[in-house]
Amino acid sequence: MEWEIVIGLEIHAQLATKSKIFSGASTAYGAEPNTQACAVDLGLPGVLPVLNKEAVRMAAKFGLAVGARVSNRSVFARKNYFYPDLPKGYQISQFELPVVEGGRLAIQVEGEEARVIGITRAHLEEDAGKSLHEDFHGSTGVDLNRAGTPLLEIVSEPDMRSAKEAVAYMKKIHSLVQYLEICDGNMQEGSFRCDANVSIRPLGQEKLGTRSEIKNLNSFRFVERAINFEVERQIDVIEGGGAVVQETRLYDSDKDETRSMRSKEEAFDYRYFPDPDLLPLEIDEAYIEAVRSTLPELPDEKKARFISELGLAEYEAGVLTASRELADYFEAAAKIAGEDARRSANWVMGDLLGALNKEGKEIAESPVSAELLGGMLQRINDKTISGKIAKQVFECMWNGEGDADSVIEAKGLKQVTDSGAIEKIIDEIIVNNPGQVEQYRSGKDKLFGFFVGQVMKATQGKANPAQVNELLKQKLA
Amino acid sequence: MHTKTISQLSAALRSGEVSSVELTTLFLERIKQHNPALNCFISVTEAQALEAAAAADQRLKAGNAAPLTGVPIAHKDIFCTEGVKTTCASKMLDNFIAPYESTCTARFRDAGAVMLGKTNMDEFAMGSSNETSYYGAVKNPWDQARVPGGSSGGSVSAVAARLAPAATGTDTGGSIRQPAALCGLTGLKPTYGRVSRFGMIAFASSLDQAGPITYSAEDAALMMNVMAGFDERDSTSVERDVPDYSANLDNGIEGLKIGLPKEYFGEGLDDGVARVVAAAVKEYEALGAVVKEISLPNTALAVPTYYVVAPAECSTNLSRFDGVRFGHRCDDPKDLFDLYTRSRGEGFGAEVKRRIMIGTYVLSAGYYDAYYLKAQKIRRLISEDFRAAFEEVDVIMGPTAPSTAFKLGEKADDPVTMYLSDIYTIAVNMAGLPAASIPAGFADGLPVGLQVIGNYFDESRLLNVAHKYQQATDWHLQVPKEFQ
Repeated sequence: MEWEIVIGLEIHAQLATKSKIFSGASTAYGAEPNTQACAVDLGLPGVLPVLNKEAVRMAAKFGLAVGARVSNRSVFARKNYFYPDLPKGYQISQFELPVVEGGRLAIQVEGEEARVIGITRAHLEEDAGKSLHEDFHGSTGVDLNRAGTPLLEIVSEPDMRSAKEAVAYMKKIHSLVQYLEICDGNMQEGSFRCDANVSIRPLGQEKLGTRSEIKNLNSFRFVERAINFEVERQIDVIEGGGAVVQETRLYDSDKDETRSMRSKEEAFDYRYFPDPDLLPLEIDEAYIEAVRSTLPELPDEKKARFISELGLAEYEAGVLTASRELADYFEAAAKIAGEDARRSANWVMGDLLGALNKEGKEIAESPVSAELLGGMLQRINDKTISGKIAKQVFECMWNGEGDADSVIEAKGLKQVTDSGAIEKIIDEIIVNNPGQVEQYRSGKDKLFGFFVGQVMKATQGKANPAQVNELLKQKLA
Repeated sequence: MHTKTISQLSAALRSGEVSSVELTTLFLERIKQHNPALNCFISVTEAQALEAAAAADQRLKAGNAAPLTGVPIAHKDIFCTEGVKTTCASKMLDNFIAPYESTCTARFRDAGAVMLGKTNMDEFAMGSSNETSYYGAVKNPWDQARVPGGSSGGSVSAVAARLAPAATGTDTGGSIRQPAALCGLTGLKPTYGRVSRFGMIAFASSLDQAGPITYSAEDAALMMNVMAGFDERDSTSVERDVPDYSANLDNGIEGLKIGLPKEYFGEGLDDGVARVVAAAVKEYEALGAVVKEISLPNTALAVPTYYVVAPAECSTNLSRFDGVRFGHRCDDPKDLFDLYTRSRGEGFGAEVKRRIMIGTYVLSAGYYDAYYLKAQKIRRLISEDFRAAFEEVDVIMGPTAPSTAFKLGEKADDPVTMYLSDIYTIAVNMAGLPAASIPAGFADGLPVGLQVIGNYFDESRLLNVAHKYQQATDWHLQVPKEFQ
């Protein structure tokens, strides 16, 4: 039987506000346990939540960026359950009326057609604290620094049909929230994570299969592996004559498997109801328009512009707009370079990203800034150096030896464009290599490269390649 | 001196007739003498009170005193007070000291009022007789075999016995007005959102409202001038100007349109109470008011609706009392479940547990629509009744409670009968309206309260209406014999 895979994701993006969603405590990561939890976060008696307006603005920004409706009226609800890291015994979330409804996002898996994934809703909620089970001699420690951190839960439609699509969607959202500057996207610190709802059905069947929900996936790799494992598991269950049960499962990255956490029967009754401590969130059109006016150029718009205005290829534009930082870097460098944006694109995608990958660095940590790279590209464009020599210049800049001009100066890398000097060198090479000249002239065209190499060798690569080509052709004719 | 109103005490403090330290000492002495019998205080904050009184005397001398500077008052033990135990009359919080001050008590503190102590109450404000307190029942100073009403029973008992000249209370379903009625005092429940709930331990968040318990409407106005106002720490508090509540007390009430809801005078109303209320209404007519019968058709639904909404909210408001971070924790929990169940099982009393169970039930999957949602719809109908009524009349009057103070233990084992003692007060909370109870006379030697319900944010008119009556009568100045 051929199976169709159906995946929906619930992504939790931690909003980049300075203070918590319902209190004034800091959201900074990594402080000593329980030093960033005030009376509201601790759920002490008598304290009350007050909504952080910045979190609302960020949620609205997201909604507009995915073409969703930003609700004029949304309601905060209490989700009730007991857990030591949930101080009030309920989480303040949104249930029936979320702040964002009905968006969409185009994704593309390499080598496949682009697809549009529906976004059911996005709602605001507070994060819980952390339970620490190690180092407490059989007891559990609770750190409430994270309690009350604002989250935007982004719920997709069950529109994805492969683990690869799920990853492409998650990456796209990850990029988008950073473009919007509403989430730092740091997955190690848990700022961006997701739950995956996975089911399978016979290809062609309309009715959805029974799904399982895989909790707390905090890397793209884990999402892909967990989904693939889960799909295989479900196929095995059904083909073995069994039935998939609706349940929550955990992905164990060490064993690369998912395992059952609780079944539907054991599921909590969260007893959602509107939180009487918070008034409904009212957002008017003027506010929505004001937020819309602050939207940056979005990845897809930027990509289209890179293609139409800068002449980049689809693939190049896609890579360069995958993150706002990379796109900004490229644009800054290309602007300084002046002409030939594709050359700039190739340098950023090739040499720069290669060097960064090699050292495991992020673009923000690059020793070669966009200004430095742009300056060097300018020197290629004005023929001060050749592309080949530029590799050497780039390496020097990477090692902190200054900008392109000072490296070129210090190392004497300026391109030789004096045709008299190049002609002299060519003449010597013709004299010294009569055999090759003979062969070339009798039709062995491939030997042309040999002569170019000889000239470059003699000039230590500094000769202008175009000029060398032209002069060689004349002299060897 | 101990029977004076706070308006009188304020004047005496200003004139130098008495110092705040002297006054405070006087009331502390009275508390020592009578509290063992009445049980109206959970904590008496003697040292802090004397210190605050000395500071108030300085302020009085320096000439920058506010009207309540130096006046001793008592706070219901539901308000968190920094550094002073706040129990909510529950074993759960027997050891709880808040690291913050409620907005309400902070405003009194900043105004220079002197806190004498924290008053007894029904556990988590759940009760109508003050018999559910972990610290024991409170006695009614008019007859110590009887209840003072609840849940602000400690506050009314203390003020009625002249152990404090005024006190704060909170009212979720009548918890200021019903005990004020049963103890012969003036009690005001302001419009929902008028007084900040920050630092006030929540029972039912959409209904809870703090207000004053005093001898006179004039005193209630002084208290309201301090308590009322927007607080950015309470999202449900209303950003709206606060009038000077003392300014309009003496306005004439000729032509005032009083509505008498026929549903408030039917079956279940004690004859003696009915007679007193009728006489009070006559008095208003004599003062120039016009009386008209009105109808609040959904009155009978108020109590059952309340007992869905309030428990629903309390069941989750009280989830934070889990033995993990503060409050009562059971000995040697063997696992997390044991920690929760035993800490909560031991920490909460029977009435609190009953309401948590009702509330959990009505919010459960499968019951939510039939109970919680239906109750919310009826709540809107009840508000609509009042809205329609206020198109015809200025204020609504009726009995505050169906009977006078009942005997201790009389209704303790019959929750439904107990719940019905709030039959006239609950609808007001459901609608979020302001209402006062004012002393209107006696039935069989026990005080009877007249309830005056106003339109939203119409506290000034309520106080004016009450004050005019108190100018013409002296029911509010009666003191139980033993405490004169």
